[in-house]
Amino acid sequence: MSWDDERPMSPHLQVYKLPLTANLSILHRGTGTVLFVGLILMVWVLAAGAAGSESWQSMHGFLSSWFGKLVLFGFTFSLYYHLCNGIRHLFWDIGKGLDLEDARKSGKLVIVASAILTLMTWLIA
Amino acid sequence: MAYCLGDDMKDLRSPLAKAKGLGTSGDASNDFWMQRITAFALVPLVIWFCFSITLLPHVSYEVLVNWLHLPFNAIMMVLIVIISFKHALMGMQVIFEDYIPTHDYRIAAILMTKFLSYFLMALGVFSILKIALGEQ
Repeated sequence: MSWDDERPMSPHLQVYKLPLTANLSILHRGTGTVLFVGLILMVWVLAAGAAGSESWQSMHGFLSSWFGKLVLFGFTFSLYYHLCNGIRHLFWDIGKGLDLEDARKSGKLVIVASAILTLMTWLIA
Repeated sequence: MAYCLGDDMKDLRSPLAKAKGLGTSGDASNDFWMQRITAFALVPLVIWFCFSITLLPHVSYEVLVNWLHLPFNAIMMVLIVIISFKHALMGMQVIFEDYIPTHDYRIAAILMTKFLSYFLMALGVFSILKIALGEQ
Protein backbone atom coordinates (compact mmCIF):
# COMPACT_ATOMS: atom_id res chain seq x y z
CA MET A 1 0.00 0.00 0.00
CA SER A 2 1.43 3.37 -0.98
CA TRP A 3 0.10 6.83 -0.14
CA ASP A 4 2.96 8.57 -1.91
CA ASP A 5 0.83 9.47 -4.94
CA GLU A 6 -0.84 12.82 -5.56
CA ARG A 7 -4.48 11.79 -5.66
CA PRO A 8 -6.89 14.24 -3.98
CA MET A 9 -8.14 13.23 -0.56
CA SER A 10 -11.78 13.39 0.44
CA PRO A 11 -12.64 16.16 2.94
CA HIS A 12 -12.43 14.82 6.43
CA LEU A 13 -11.97 15.65 10.12
CA GLN A 14 -11.92 19.44 9.98
CA VAL A 15 -15.35 19.75 8.32
CA TYR A 16 -17.26 17.48 10.72
CA LYS A 17 -18.35 17.99 14.28
CA LEU A 18 -17.08 14.78 15.82
CA PRO A 19 -19.56 12.73 17.87
CA LEU A 20 -18.67 11.59 21.39
CA THR A 21 -17.71 8.10 20.24
CA ALA A 22 -15.23 9.51 17.70
CA ASN A 23 -13.63 11.81 20.28
CA LEU A 24 -13.28 8.90 22.70
CA SER A 25 -11.69 6.84 19.94
CA ILE A 26 -9.12 9.58 19.33
CA LEU A 27 -8.55 9.88 23.07
CA HIS A 28 -7.79 6.12 23.19
CA ARG A 29 -4.95 6.61 20.72
CA GLY A 30 -3.93 9.85 22.43
CA THR A 31 -3.66 8.25 25.86
CA GLY A 32 -1.93 5.24 24.27
CA THR A 33 0.77 7.52 22.91
CA VAL A 34 1.00 9.38 26.23
CA LEU A 35 1.39 6.03 27.99
CA PHE A 36 4.26 5.04 25.69
CA VAL A 37 6.08 8.19 26.83
CA GLY A 38 5.01 7.32 30.39
CA LEU A 39 6.61 3.88 30.06
CA ILE A 40 9.89 5.52 29.04
CA LEU A 41 9.67 7.68 32.18
CA MET A 42 8.85 4.58 34.26
CA VAL A 43 12.08 2.89 33.12
CA TRP A 44 13.93 6.15 33.86
CA VAL A 45 12.55 6.09 37.42
CA LEU A 46 13.56 2.43 37.84
CA ALA A 47 17.05 3.07 36.45
CA ALA A 48 17.46 6.05 38.81
CA GLY A 49 16.66 3.71 41.70
CA ALA A 50 19.10 1.08 40.43
CA ALA A 51 21.88 3.68 40.11
CA GLY A 52 21.89 4.25 43.87
CA SER A 53 20.60 6.54 46.61
CA GLU A 54 22.07 9.78 45.22
CA SER A 55 20.44 9.52 41.82
CA TRP A 56 17.21 8.39 43.48
CA GLN A 57 17.27 11.52 45.61
CA SER A 58 17.29 13.81 42.59
CA MET A 59 14.56 11.69 40.97
CA HIS A 60 12.60 11.85 44.22
CA GLY A 61 12.99 15.62 44.20
CA PHE A 62 11.25 15.70 40.83
CA LEU A 63 8.55 13.16 41.77
CA SER A 64 7.59 15.05 44.93
CA SER A 65 7.47 18.47 43.21
CA TRP A 66 4.10 19.83 42.05
CA PHE A 67 5.11 19.26 38.42
CA GLY A 68 6.19 15.68 39.15
CA LYS A 69 2.90 15.00 40.91
CA LEU A 70 1.01 16.49 37.96
CA VAL A 71 2.89 14.14 35.60
CA LEU A 72 2.05 11.16 37.83
CA PHE A 73 -1.60 12.24 38.04
CA GLY A 74 -1.79 12.52 34.24
CA PHE A 75 -0.11 9.12 33.93
CA THR A 76 -2.67 7.42 36.18
CA PHE A 77 -5.61 9.12 34.41
CA SER A 78 -4.25 7.98 31.02
CA LEU A 79 -3.77 4.46 32.40
CA TYR A 80 -7.33 4.30 33.77
CA TYR A 81 -8.92 5.81 30.66
CA HIS A 82 -6.99 3.47 28.34
CA LEU A 83 -7.84 0.55 30.64
CA CYS A 84 -11.59 1.29 30.78
CA ASN A 85 -11.87 2.05 27.07
CA GLY A 86 -9.69 -0.99 26.34
CA ILE A 87 -12.20 -3.19 28.18
CA ARG A 88 -14.90 -1.54 26.00
CA HIS A 89 -12.88 -2.58 22.95
CA LEU A 90 -12.58 -6.16 24.25
CA PHE A 91 -16.38 -6.35 24.56
CA TRP A 92 -16.69 -5.10 20.97
CA ASP A 93 -14.22 -7.80 19.92
CA ILE A 94 -16.55 -10.51 21.21
CA GLY A 95 -19.43 -8.80 19.39
CA LYS A 96 -21.17 -7.13 22.32
CA GLY A 97 -22.30 -3.49 22.62
CA LEU A 98 -21.80 -2.58 18.98
CA ASP A 99 -25.14 -0.72 18.59
CA LEU A 100 -24.77 3.06 18.26
CA GLU A 101 -26.83 3.65 21.39
CA ASP A 102 -24.85 1.04 23.38
CA ALA A 103 -21.57 2.55 22.18
CA ARG A 104 -22.68 6.01 23.37
CA LYS A 105 -23.73 4.66 26.76
CA SER A 106 -20.52 2.66 27.28
CA GLY A 107 -18.54 5.73 26.18
CA LYS A 108 -20.14 7.85 28.88
CA LEU A 109 -19.58 5.05 31.38
CA VAL A 110 -15.87 4.97 30.45
CA ILE A 111 -15.50 8.72 31.11
CA VAL A 112 -17.21 8.52 34.49
CA ALA A 113 -15.38 5.32 35.52
CA SER A 114 -11.92 6.57 34.62
CA ALA A 115 -12.51 9.88 36.43
CA ILE A 116 -13.79 8.13 39.56
CA LEU A 117 -11.00 5.52 39.55
CA THR A 118 -8.31 8.21 39.17
CA LEU A 119 -9.68 10.37 41.99
CA MET A 120 -10.34 7.35 44.24
CA THR A 121 -6.82 5.99 43.79
CA TRP A 122 -5.25 9.33 44.72
CA LEU A 123 -7.58 9.84 47.69
CA ILE A 124 -6.98 6.36 49.11
CA ALA A 125 -3.19 6.35 48.65
CA MET B 1 -14.26 -12.71 0.14
CA ALA B 2 -17.00 -12.84 2.73
CA TYR B 3 -17.52 -16.10 4.55
CA CYS B 4 -20.38 -17.09 6.76
CA LEU B 5 -22.32 -20.20 7.70
CA GLY B 6 -24.66 -21.15 4.91
CA ASP B 7 -22.33 -19.91 2.18
CA ASP B 8 -21.78 -22.35 -0.62
CA MET B 9 -19.30 -24.90 0.61
CA LYS B 10 -16.85 -24.75 -2.29
CA ASP B 11 -14.32 -23.02 -0.07
CA LEU B 12 -13.57 -25.18 2.94
CA ARG B 13 -10.93 -22.92 4.44
CA SER B 14 -12.03 -21.16 7.61
CA PRO B 15 -11.77 -17.34 7.93
CA LEU B 16 -8.94 -17.79 10.44
CA ALA B 17 -6.95 -19.99 8.06
CA LYS B 18 -7.27 -17.28 5.40
CA ALA B 19 -6.21 -14.50 7.75
CA LYS B 20 -3.11 -16.34 8.94
CA GLY B 21 -0.02 -15.21 7.13
CA LEU B 22 -1.47 -11.87 6.00
CA GLY B 23 0.15 -8.47 6.64
CA THR B 24 3.38 -7.03 5.30
CA SER B 25 5.56 -9.32 7.38
CA GLY B 26 3.14 -12.24 7.50
CA ASP B 27 2.01 -12.02 11.11
CA ALA B 28 -0.80 -9.46 11.18
CA SER B 29 -3.30 -11.93 12.65
CA ASN B 30 -0.78 -12.88 15.34
CA ASP B 31 -0.26 -9.19 16.21
CA PHE B 32 -4.03 -8.74 16.43
CA TRP B 33 -4.26 -11.58 18.96
CA MET B 34 -1.19 -10.53 20.92
CA GLN B 35 -2.56 -6.98 21.25
CA ARG B 36 -5.72 -8.38 22.89
CA ILE B 37 -4.01 -11.03 25.00
CA THR B 38 -1.55 -8.48 26.41
CA ALA B 39 -4.46 -6.06 27.02
CA PHE B 40 -6.30 -8.75 28.99
CA ALA B 41 -3.21 -9.55 31.06
CA LEU B 42 -2.60 -5.86 31.77
CA VAL B 43 -6.02 -5.25 33.40
CA PRO B 44 -5.10 -6.47 36.92
CA LEU B 45 -1.46 -5.33 36.56
CA VAL B 46 -2.46 -1.74 35.71
CA ILE B 47 -4.90 -1.40 38.62
CA TRP B 48 -2.16 -2.51 41.03
CA PHE B 49 0.35 -0.27 39.24
CA CYS B 50 -1.84 2.86 39.55
CA PHE B 51 -1.95 2.49 43.32
CA SER B 52 1.84 2.08 43.36
CA ILE B 53 2.33 5.23 41.26
CA THR B 54 0.42 7.41 43.72
CA LEU B 55 2.89 6.43 46.47
CA LEU B 56 5.94 7.58 44.47
CA PRO B 57 6.08 11.19 45.78
CA HIS B 58 6.64 9.77 49.29
CA VAL B 59 9.12 7.00 48.49
CA SER B 60 12.61 7.40 49.95
CA TYR B 61 15.52 5.28 48.71
CA GLU B 62 15.17 2.89 51.66
CA VAL B 63 11.46 2.45 51.08
CA LEU B 64 12.08 1.79 47.37
CA VAL B 65 14.69 -0.89 48.10
CA ASN B 66 12.55 -2.57 50.76
CA TRP B 67 9.51 -2.45 48.49
CA LEU B 68 11.29 -4.16 45.58
CA HIS B 69 12.82 -6.74 47.92
CA LEU B 70 9.34 -8.17 48.34
CA PRO B 71 9.11 -10.87 45.63
CA PHE B 72 5.48 -10.03 44.79
CA ASN B 73 6.29 -6.40 43.98
CA ALA B 74 9.41 -7.25 41.95
CA ILE B 75 7.56 -9.90 39.93
CA MET B 76 4.61 -7.58 39.28
CA MET B 77 6.99 -4.83 38.10
CA VAL B 78 8.86 -7.21 35.76
CA LEU B 79 5.54 -8.37 34.28
CA ILE B 80 4.37 -4.76 33.81
CA VAL B 81 7.61 -3.72 32.09
CA ILE B 82 7.60 -6.68 29.67
CA ILE B 83 3.89 -6.90 28.84
CA SER B 84 3.21 -3.16 28.66
CA PHE B 85 6.15 -2.52 26.30
CA LYS B 86 5.02 -5.41 24.10
CA HIS B 87 1.47 -3.99 24.06
CA ALA B 88 2.69 -0.41 23.53
CA LEU B 89 5.01 -1.15 20.65
CA MET B 90 2.26 -2.98 18.76
CA GLY B 91 -0.07 -0.04 19.41
CA MET B 92 2.52 2.49 18.22
CA GLN B 93 3.06 0.38 15.09
CA VAL B 94 -0.65 0.64 14.24
CA ILE B 95 -0.57 4.43 14.78
CA PHE B 96 2.50 4.81 12.54
CA GLU B 97 0.92 2.58 9.88
CA ASP B 98 -2.19 4.78 9.93
CA TYR B 99 -0.63 8.23 9.98
CA ILE B 100 2.82 8.14 8.32
CA PRO B 101 2.11 8.22 4.58
CA THR B 102 5.68 7.81 3.30
CA HIS B 103 6.75 4.17 3.20
CA ASP B 104 10.38 4.66 4.25
CA TYR B 105 9.59 6.95 7.20
CA ARG B 106 6.83 4.58 8.31
CA ILE B 107 9.17 1.57 8.39
CA ALA B 108 11.91 3.62 10.07
CA ALA B 109 9.55 4.81 12.82
CA ILE B 110 8.29 1.26 13.47
CA LEU B 111 11.80 -0.20 13.62
CA MET B 112 13.11 2.57 15.89
CA THR B 113 10.15 2.07 18.24
CA LYS B 114 10.90 -1.66 18.37
CA PHE B 115 14.60 -1.16 19.08
CA LEU B 116 13.83 1.47 21.74
CA SER B 117 11.11 -0.68 23.35
CA TYR B 118 13.26 -3.80 23.65
CA PHE B 119 16.20 -1.77 24.96
CA LEU B 120 14.01 -0.11 27.61
CA MET B 121 12.43 -3.47 28.44
CA ALA B 122 15.89 -4.91 29.16
CA LEU B 123 16.98 -1.80 31.09
CA GLY B 124 13.77 -1.85 33.15
CA VAL B 125 14.01 -5.54 34.05
CA PHE B 126 17.72 -5.20 34.86
CA SER B 127 17.04 -2.19 37.12
CA ILE B 128 14.27 -4.00 39.00
CA LEU B 129 16.44 -7.09 39.53
CA LYS B 130 19.47 -5.03 40.56
CA ILE B 131 17.46 -3.36 43.33
CA ALA B 132 15.48 -6.50 44.24
CA LEU B 133 18.54 -8.75 44.53
CA GLY B 134 21.00 -6.14 45.82
CA GLU B 135 21.85 -5.19 49.38
CA GLN B 136 18.98 -4.14 51.57
